[in-house]
Amino acid sequence: MLVDLLSSQIVRTVMLGAALVGGLSGMIGVFAVLRRQSLLSDTISHAALPGVCLGFLLVGGRDLGAVMGGALFTGMVAAMSVLAIGRLTPLKTDAQLGIVLSVYFAIGVVLLSVIQAMGGGSRVGIATFLFGQAAALSVHDVRILGAVFIVAALFLLTLWKEIKLVTFDPLTAEALGLPVRHIELGLTVLLALTIVAGLQMAGVVLMVAVLIAPAVAARQWVGNLGAMTIVSMLIGAFAGAGGALISATGRGLATGPIVVLLACAVVLISILAAPRRGLVWQALSAQLARRRISGDRVLLAMDRLATDHDNPAYPSEKGMLETMLGRPLPRVMRRLEASGLVRPVAHHPESSPHWVLTQAGRRRAEALRRTGHGPE
Amino acid sequence: MMVAAFFDSIPAMILLTGVLVGAAAALPGVFLVLRGNAMLTDAISHSIVFGVIMVWLLTRELSGPVQLIGAGLTGVLTVALTEALTRTGLVRTDAAIGLVFSMLFAAGILLIAIFARQVHLHADTILLGEIGFVWMRTTPVMGIAVPVSVLMLGVVLVLNLAFVVLFWKELKLATFDPALAAALGFAPATLHYTLLTLTSVTAVAAFDAVGPVLFIAFVIVPPATALLMTRRLALIVPLAIALATLASVSGYVLADHWNVAIGGMMATMTGVLFVAVLSARALKRQLQHRRAVPDDPAPRP
Repeated sequence: MLVDLLSSQIVRTVMLGAALVGGLSGMIGVFAVLRRQSLLSDTISHAALPGVCLGFLLVGGRDLGAVMGGALFTGMVAAMSVLAIGRLTPLKTDAQLGIVLSVYFAIGVVLLSVIQAMGGGSRVGIATFLFGQAAALSVHDVRILGAVFIVAALFLLTLWKEIKLVTFDPLTAEALGLPVRHIELGLTVLLALTIVAGLQMAGVVLMVAVLIAPAVAARQWVGNLGAMTIVSMLIGAFAGAGGALISATGRGLATGPIVVLLACAVVLISILAAPRRGLVWQALSAQLARRRISGDRVLLAMDRLATDHDNPAYPSEKGMLETMLGRPLPRVMRRLEASGLVRPVAHHPESSPHWVLTQAGRRRAEALRRTGHGPE
Repeated sequence: MMVAAFFDSIPAMILLTGVLVGAAAALPGVFLVLRGNAMLTDAISHSIVFGVIMVWLLTRELSGPVQLIGAGLTGVLTVALTEALTRTGLVRTDAAIGLVFSMLFAAGILLIAIFARQVHLHADTILLGEIGFVWMRTTPVMGIAVPVSVLMLGVVLVLNLAFVVLFWKELKLATFDPALAAALGFAPATLHYTLLTLTSVTAVAAFDAVGPVLFIAFVIVPPATALLMTRRLALIVPLAIALATLASVSGYVLADHWNVAIGGMMATMTGVLFVAVLSARALKRQLQHRRAVPDDPAPRP
């Protein structure tokens, strides 16, 4: 079944197109996430709907070039509208975004009904832009997507250092005399171009997730911008190609939701399992730290008893240690025995357990005392 | 008899639905816009798709009280998930919002595609709503066939109105001075969650008519427009409802005239009114500025 699918020329074309879109989104999404433009991206992609319809109406059919041109136009006008509302009114950012997102989408819905009223096969082609249908990608479309990918990659590579500085420290960039406004404009145009390129695969509603999920996942694994961009591209390409393949297995499943769920699964795994930042890792290292501290406190207490009794091999009694530390200690003592820091001894005629510090335990206690860690 | 004739009239029912959506959405909308939480509406209304399909799978009910309760739960789930994701410190708020609602929306759309293809549930209808067909599903109320959407929206409108009137003082204080509200023991967090729950409930009541995205326009745009016209909270609320009503009525007339999507045209009209008020405001400022110049000539050397 899978081999059949992969050997089909159409499926391979569609998967290549979806991987290109996913990779492109991953690459540009990094900057959208770092520059806190997730909700602006959502606004641009919803606002692309009237542009999609305009492109469709102008050429009278589903031509990806025309549709992308229209979508880029209304997407950019929407981004400018957000800026204009911000300048002209006291409304907060989220209200600016919400107004533009919903009103442009509404205009798109009206235009959509105009196209659907014209009837014929055209309405099938246009509805796929709502939820995305990668299967509609043709070889010609994939060439366009490849060209967009190359343009975006070239832009990033040429201006890498400048873009990095503008992303992380725009004030310094400005002080150094970089054309910050132009670079920011370039990045926003690139963002809109990426969103528009992804619409056929992901649809206007879910494009934002295709854009930001790979970047959020990549951030958990690596801390360096270059590595993050590459990892994010790979995750995006994987989600795109995987989603296209699953939706190609038939049953008429839209591609967008599948790609988004795949990408979100990667985000979830990353947030849980990524080394150092991941939640599982954090919980484990917190537990290790707690264990080490409680072991250290027992060693120091035994060392204090030995010093007070002037006997390095003083056998500390269980109940006495538990009273000193204020809690039961069976697991801590077992761990200390296992790491060879204490040794159980019998202390006749008492029947309760006793321990003495081993050579290694004394050394560690002394080190703890010297460096001032642990309770004194 | 006249009442029955009113509820039998298709245009009257479409108009009434539009007006009810606008009024019910504007009530929580005013406070969301003022508090800077407007984009949570975007998240909630998309997530509602997941809630609607889950409730449908469990109870086979597409409307009624279970759907309203399901919507409330979904809204709280969305906000709680977003906050949990932000609290890990691994994801920023804006990205967390975008991820959570997309995930729930995607899951909802897939569940619909897999389980509910033969039913009235269809992904396109879910996204855009169909206000032109709300009159088709009715339920008898005191012997009169009332559209289910109208009934649900009416109940939600009363609910929202009661909340805003009863907690007016608390809402006002929590919106403009959350720190003082907390100090006085007004529990601004509880108020915040109640507001978001009511928004979700309103979203699901409006769902059949306008879908999740156009709903955002009704929540955000009329309150934002009213905010540009006055700074007095007591005036903003009725003004927002009036603007929403005007948008619904004019949108319906234009949609009927041009034969285009009714819900889309109503939402578009909220935007047209916003631009009109924005332009009038800018023009007024310019005139005031120009008048101010001859009154106050610059001192000559």
